[in-house]
Amino acid sequence: MFVAIIFALIIVGSIVFHFWSPWWWTPVASNWGNIDDTIILTFWVTGAVFVAVCLFMSYCVWAYRYRPDRKAEYKPEDKKLEFRLTWLTTLGVVALLAPGLVVWNKYISVPENAFKVEVVAYQWGWNYRLPGNDGVLGKTSVDLINDENPYGLDLKDPNSKDDILVMDADLHLKINQPVKIELRSLDVLHNFYIPQFRAKMDTLPGIISFYWFTPEKTGEYEILCAEYCGTGHYAMRGYVQVDDEKDYSNWLAKQISFEKMLAKNSGKKLLVAESKN
Amino acid sequence: MRKKEFNIFKLLSEKPWEESQAAIDNEHDGKTLTLSKAKLGVRTIMVVSTVIFSLFIVSYSDRMLVHDWRSLSEPWLLWINTIILIFTSFVFHKAKILSDKNEFEKAKNYLLLVGFLTFAFITGQLLVWQHYVNLGQYASTNPANAFFYLFTAIHGVHVLGGLFFWGRATTKLFTKNFSVLKIKQAIELCAIYWHFLLIVWFILFGLMIAT
Amino acid sequence: MSDEYTDNKIETKSADSSSGSYAPPTENIPAKEAPDQELYHAKSFWTKWVFCQDAKVIGVQYALTATAIGMIGLILSWGMRLQLGFPETFSFLGPATYYQSVTMHGMIMVIYLLTALFLGGFGNYLIPLMVGARDMVFPYVNMVSYWMFLVAVLVLIASFFVPGGPTGAGWTLYPPQAIMPGTPGSEMGIVLMLVSLSLFVIGFTMGGLNYVITVLQARTRGMTLMRMPLTIWGIFTATVLALLAFPALFVACIMMTLDNLIGTSFFMPEIFSMGEKLEYGGGSPILFQHLFWFFGHPEVYIVALPAFGIVSDLISVHARKNIFGYRMMVWAIVIIGALSFIVWAHHMYVSGMNPWFGFFFATTTLIIAVPTAIKVYNWVLTLWRGNIHLTIPMLFSLGFIVTFVNGGITGLFLGNVIIDVPLSDTYFVVAHFHMVMGIAPLMVVFGAIYHWYPLITGRHLNQTLGKIHFWITFVGAYAIYFPMHYLGFIGVPRRYFEMYDSPYMTTGVGLNQFITVAALIVGFTQILFLYNIFTSWYKGEKSERNPWKANSLEWHTPDYPPTHGNFGKELPVVYRWPYDFSVPGSDKEYIPQDVPPSQVPTAKAEQT
Repeated sequence: MFVAIIFALIIVGSIVFHFWSPWWWTPVASNWGNIDDTIILTFWVTGAVFVAVCLFMSYCVWAYRYRPDRKAEYKPEDKKLEFRLTWLTTLGVVALLAPGLVVWNKYISVPENAFKVEVVAYQWGWNYRLPGNDGVLGKTSVDLINDENPYGLDLKDPNSKDDILVMDADLHLKINQPVKIELRSLDVLHNFYIPQFRAKMDTLPGIISFYWFTPEKTGEYEILCAEYCGTGHYAMRGYVQVDDEKDYSNWLAKQISFEKMLAKNSGKKLLVAESKN
Repeated sequence: MRKKEFNIFKLLSEKPWEESQAAIDNEHDGKTLTLSKAKLGVRTIMVVSTVIFSLFIVSYSDRMLVHDWRSLSEPWLLWINTIILIFTSFVFHKAKILSDKNEFEKAKNYLLLVGFLTFAFITGQLLVWQHYVNLGQYASTNPANAFFYLFTAIHGVHVLGGLFFWGRATTKLFTKNFSVLKIKQAIELCAIYWHFLLIVWFILFGLMIAT
Repeated sequence: MSDEYTDNKIETKSADSSSGSYAPPTENIPAKEAPDQELYHAKSFWTKWVFCQDAKVIGVQYALTATAIGMIGLILSWGMRLQLGFPETFSFLGPATYYQSVTMHGMIMVIYLLTALFLGGFGNYLIPLMVGARDMVFPYVNMVSYWMFLVAVLVLIASFFVPGGPTGAGWTLYPPQAIMPGTPGSEMGIVLMLVSLSLFVIGFTMGGLNYVITVLQARTRGMTLMRMPLTIWGIFTATVLALLAFPALFVACIMMTLDNLIGTSFFMPEIFSMGEKLEYGGGSPILFQHLFWFFGHPEVYIVALPAFGIVSDLISVHARKNIFGYRMMVWAIVIIGALSFIVWAHHMYVSGMNPWFGFFFATTTLIIAVPTAIKVYNWVLTLWRGNIHLTIPMLFSLGFIVTFVNGGITGLFLGNVIIDVPLSDTYFVVAHFHMVMGIAPLMVVFGAIYHWYPLITGRHLNQTLGKIHFWITFVGAYAIYFPMHYLGFIGVPRRYFEMYDSPYMTTGVGLNQFITVAALIVGFTQILFLYNIFTSWYKGEKSERNPWKANSLEWHTPDYPPTHGNFGKELPVVYRWPYDFSVPGSDKEYIPQDVPPSQVPTAKAEQT
């Protein structure tokens, strides 16, 4: 009796905790509210199963507690019941899977007009690159990385000159503009994750991975690396600032392009050479 | 290998609590397969090894598509080693046939020959390694190299494992009283294992030649 | 290797030093019986208790070793929780040590505790007894398999003492970071870990050979596959999975060792690290992930399936009722085992692999939920109209059902690919796998130990301590991991040494502290359990034979506890399945498997 009550209380307690809990996701700041909806649907379906199964179990523990005069039922199987339960479960699974896959399909189908942003991850920080006026990101290679060319941009690629380099932990994005995040890493696996946007994907060395989203609320959002990358993993932070049109243009104007950076560096070199004479 | 009533669907659909089924079950002798335990053991080992080699082959196939792949040159010694291995299988097969006919004196000689040939194979493989090292082709030089060393090493370790059991069987043959059934089984199973390693070698060698 | 076909030699066994009730069968063996298995009879202390070939002793050796290393894993978790709950107060752990604790805790618990305990511990002890065999089919190989396990454990422990310390790469050991300088233990620690795992795989292949072949070929007369207790079905299927899945881990370990030691590039792409381009190039970190998870997912079923099997028997015996839907239970175990090989990439949804794989693996993953759910229904339906003794094994079984349903359901969240996107690598995942793989199987381990302790030692564990152990562990563990899911919803990532001035994650502080306190309480309670085990061994209440009135063969040996050779002069003959409780038409409350029909008075017979 006592035991059954405690079990039932645990179930009830779980439900209470769920609805009362101050620990819950923050409001979604991107277009991926569908993910939240899918999660809520899953909660309803699976929650119902959890509650039903565990409360039924508690009931059985109380109703069929040991009595010396009780004789347990002998029932090796009940084909009809098992059949029905199987179909019910399959239905539940399909109800969860179908919407989930529809949203996943959207996740991997990047819109045509998405603005490309490259995120470069390294131990233990973030750098960014925007495509500049030609809208195309220049090719890069790890072999070409050096002090003057920290991104490893291919100088022979005409698209690379106007790329805008943001060697800062903070990235700015324009509100309501779909963004395709192209991810690469210089060393190990990392993951560019902003909880409020809901989206994430690992960055890998040697491969370019991607995901897309549309920021829908202005604000400052913390970046959390979400793939273990060594002792600095927890400290690999930054911010994504979602700006309105004006603020974004202001920020963009202050950023340096690859061409300008090369000129600045070689300019410095010239100065040094001259001063030696 | 004949399996007894071995349709897994039928097997798992029996109702053990029913009286009619119970009457049938009471006559069951407790074995699912008409195989000896040792044979089943060797087969299981072969399955596990097949999974290992298959995974290495999958990794190889995935890796060889990358641009930095440079195929190794083929030393003729590898062909010699392959022929040795083929010959060994023939000899082992002959040894098995002899032992089936209880001609253990002759079988002894063939088994010794197997041992000698297998050691020759291992030595040959090591010589190939030495050949490559002398050419400066280390495992780290190139992924094709790495896989070559890896494949031959894992295959070689399996051969050495087989040699352990070959050794046990052969030394038993030289003792005064050995169990006839046990020796026959040991020779048969070792032979099967050797044939298995030969097939594995064909696949690995063939794959490396083709790419 | 002893084999069954011993060319018609009559077995003569010398009187051995174990209890003298086993007389040598020098008389005729009935013609229809297969020749008996030749057993090795130990004579000295060393061959009887140390290098012992008796599967029962080997099982206890596995269990003790697994428990010992598990305690180390538990202590490591305390260090982690202290850092997470009270980072300012307990600052003795730096990030490197923290990550080493995370890694070793994970690897120890999954592989060296759970897998070894279920397969090596319970498998060795119970399989021969429950199928009616005298021992495993290859006792010498079985013994070697334990010593390989011990060596693997020692190599793992050695990694704590090498320069650089043990690896801190996370139990998943992903390259490139596992062998790069940003990760602790990337020089020697990782190598010892990989070597230890390889040794473990080789040892468990030897053991697995025994378990599988004993179940297939060494059962006693009348023991069909469908008359085996579900415990055996669970352990058997798990062993088949192990034989097929461990090679993937072995392959991955070998290739990573070569990448580390001799500079091959199986997994290492072009890398620019700490200011210079490395010599590696062309390899694929995703290949490692595929190999690792091709092993890793079946691995969780290797832990879960024995738990499923054992809990079915615990519930059945203690509710005095046949397991509901035995056939479906067997089918479910087999189907789950088979499906477990085609779901692995649900651990890789955000790995950057081809996104189209997401559709396939989400589908297979959610399909596997169906047979699993059926098992849950059947457990609960076994309780329905039963006659439930609330013994400690039953309590733990009930605790299993609650925690397993909870953990399994959060798996449905994560298996659905798009939901995994925000939740992967957060505390939601940590809560999920602890609940479903840590707490739930551990409930079964505890229940099983309370259930079979009388068989192994002839004494009961202290019941009061046991009840305290159950309630604190069950409620406490639930209190640890249920709220943890919500940290995941906030987005708090896993494998974070500390929250590091995050304005976003400060909301989780109170919860972290609560979880830490609960974890310490639950952790210390396990010491109480160990105390119970060790003291009851010599001063526990003596147990009558077959105290739980179970039907399966392990309780019906001539000696109690069973001795070498298990069944005395003659092997038992089986006449029924193990779930004949309250059979209609008979007044017996339970009918053991080796009772022939002639000895079961039916209601009809009584009338005559």
